[in-house]
Amino acid sequence: MDKNRRKFLKLTALGALGLTAAKYADLFGNAVPTKLKLDENDTKIRYAMVIDLKKCLAKKDCKLCIDACHKTHNVPDFKNKKDEIKWIWKEEYEHAFPDKENYYLKEELKHSMVPLLCNHCDNPPCTKVCPTKATWKRDDGIVMMDWHRCIGCRYCMAACPYGSRSFNWRDPRTNISELSYDFPTRTKGVVEKCTFCNVRIVKGLIPACVEACTEKALLFGDLNDRKSNVRKLLKDNFSIRRKPVLGTEPEIYYIV
Amino acid sequence: MLEYVLKGSKNYWGWIFFLSAIIILSFFFYLEQNSYGLGITGLSRNVTWGFYIAQFTFLVGVAASGVMVVLPYYLHDFKTFGKLTILGEFLAISSVIMCMLFIFVDMGQPFRIVNVFLYPSPESPMFWDTVALGGYLLLNVIISRVVLDAERKSIAPPKWIKPVIIISIPWAISIHTVTAFLYSGLVAKPFWMTAILAPRFLASAFSSGPALLILMCLFLKRITKFDPGKEAIQKLAIIITYAMAANIFFILMEIFTTYYSAMPEHIHHFQYLFSGLDGNTNLVPWMWISVILALSALVFLFFPSARRNEKILFGICLAIFVSIWIDKGLGMVVTGFIPTSLGDVADYWPTIPEVLISLGIWALGFLLITIFYKIALSVRKEIVTETK
Repeated sequence: MDKNRRKFLKLTALGALGLTAAKYADLFGNAVPTKLKLDENDTKIRYAMVIDLKKCLAKKDCKLCIDACHKTHNVPDFKNKKDEIKWIWKEEYEHAFPDKENYYLKEELKHSMVPLLCNHCDNPPCTKVCPTKATWKRDDGIVMMDWHRCIGCRYCMAACPYGSRSFNWRDPRTNISELSYDFPTRTKGVVEKCTFCNVRIVKGLIPACVEACTEKALLFGDLNDRKSNVRKLLKDNFSIRRKPVLGTEPEIYYIV
Repeated sequence: MLEYVLKGSKNYWGWIFFLSAIIILSFFFYLEQNSYGLGITGLSRNVTWGFYIAQFTFLVGVAASGVMVVLPYYLHDFKTFGKLTILGEFLAISSVIMCMLFIFVDMGQPFRIVNVFLYPSPESPMFWDTVALGGYLLLNVIISRVVLDAERKSIAPPKWIKPVIIISIPWAISIHTVTAFLYSGLVAKPFWMTAILAPRFLASAFSSGPALLILMCLFLKRITKFDPGKEAIQKLAIIITYAMAANIFFILMEIFTTYYSAMPEHIHHFQYLFSGLDGNTNLVPWMWISVILALSALVFLFFPSARRNEKILFGICLAIFVSIWIDKGLGMVVTGFIPTSLGDVADYWPTIPEVLISLGIWALGFLLITIFYKIALSVRKEIVTETK
C-alpha cells in the first residue's frame, strides 16, 4: 500500500510540474518592455494630462477635482491617515517636486498645494513588479488595474516613486458616503489608484477631475496628436514633470 | 519515520504543547485580521511593508545558511560536519515554510495567491523569488528524506542524490540574492537601491544562520546524547567570524558612501535609523543595540580562547542572532519607506495582533524544527525514546 501511495504521489507531482512548465513555456518571448518613443507619425493615442499650476493656485482651497474624482469612483473616506485612500490629492510643492525646490522659491509656489495623481508613466515601475499582471500599461498609455486579480502584495506601492497607489486596509464599502452606480466599488485587500477615467473615456467624456475644474487648470488629451490641446499648451509654456531623472517618463505635465 | 515524533519525554511534550498553544492563539488573531483586513497591522499608505515582510527577509537568510554546512561536507568532503548537514537541511526546510507563511499573512487577498501561478510574470522579482523558494524547499525535502532514509537502513544513499545536493548549493545562494533583488531594483526606494544589498544579505545570513545552528547544537548537547563534536562547532564559529566581519565591512561601505556624499535621499534613511529624523526616533535605540551586539560579538570571535569556551560562544551566537534580527527583521524593510517618496517621516510600529501572528509563525517554525530534529536524532539513536 505504501509503495502504491508513494508512486501515486510521485506521478501526481510530475503531472503538476508538467502542467506548470507548459503554462510557462510561451511566456519568455515578450517579457521585456520597450520604451514608448513618441513618434510624430504614430496614429496611436497616448493620453496625458497638463496641469496649469498658475490657474490652479489661483483658487487656494479648491477641492473640486478631488471631490469629483472620489465621488465618481467610490473612493472611501476613512477620515484618518492610516486607512487613507486617495486617487487625486494636493501636496506641498516641495514634496511634489523635491528635486525642483529651493529656499528662495517664488513666493507663490513655496508652500503651494499641488494636485497629484497617478502619472501614467511610459515606463511604469509599478507594473513590472506585479507578480500577477494585475496592473499593466494599456496601448493608449493608461496604467490600469484589475481589482479581481490583485492579490494585495503591495509590491506596486513600494515600486511607485510618486506615492500614487493606495491599499484597502479594511472594507471600503462601509465608508462611501454617496454610492456612484457607474463605477465598481472595491473589496478590502486590493490596491487601487487613478485610472484616467477609463470608463468615462470610452463614453466620449473627459476625466471627472478635468470636468469639475472651474478654472480650466486641468487639461486632458492625446499627446500623439500634434494638434491636440495638450500639445499646444506644452509647446507654448514651460512645463515640468515629477522626478523625470528616474526614467519613468511621467505623463502628467505641470505648467509653472 | 513519523513514529519517532509520537514518543517523547515529558519535557518534549511540554514544549510541543507550549508551541501549539502559541500557534492556536495566533491563529485566532489571523482570523481576525482576515475578517477586518490588514488595517489590523501598523501598516499604512506610507509604510506598506513592515514586520511580516521583514521576518520573511530575515528567515530567507536563515534558510540559505544551511549551505554553510552542506557545502564543506559535500563539496570538500569535510567529514567533521557529518552530523550537522541534516540539521542544516531541516533548519532550511523549517525556515522556508516560515517564509512562505509570512508572505501569506501579508497578502491582502491570501486566497488569490494562486494567481501568481495562473499568471506567471517573469518580469517581477517576486515571481522568481517564489520559484527560488519553492525549488529550495523541494530540494531540501528530497535530500533530507533520502539521506535520512539511507541512514536509517544503514546503507549508502543512492548515487543520484549527489547531483541534487550539488544543485542545492548555488540554489541556496540564489534564494537570498533574489530576495535582495525584490528590494534593490526599485527606483522608488534609494535606501534599498544599492548593489551591495545582495552581498550584505548573504553575509548577514551566513553569520546569523550558523549562529542559530550553534545555539541549537549546544542546547541539544545538554538535553540529549547528541554531540556534533567540538571541532564541528569550532569550524562553524570560524565561518561565523568571517561572515560577520564581511557583513560589518559591507555595512561600513554603505555608511561611507552615504555619509560622505551626504545625498539627502540616501542620508535621511540612515539618519532615521541611527539618530532619528524629524523627532522620530522609533528605531534608534534598537539599531544601537544591534551595533553594540555585532561589534562586541566580533571582538570576542577574534580571540580563539573566547571562541573555544562554549559558554562564551553561546553568548556570542545569541548576540549575533539578535543583532542581525534587529537589522533585517526590524530596521531594513521599514526604513525603505521612511521618509516616504514624498518626504513624509511616516510612523510605523507593529501592533499587538501583528506581533502575535508573527510569533505564531515563529512558533510553528520551531515546532517543525523540533519534530524534524527529533526524527533525525531518533534515527541516529542519540535520543533515548521513552515509552510509557
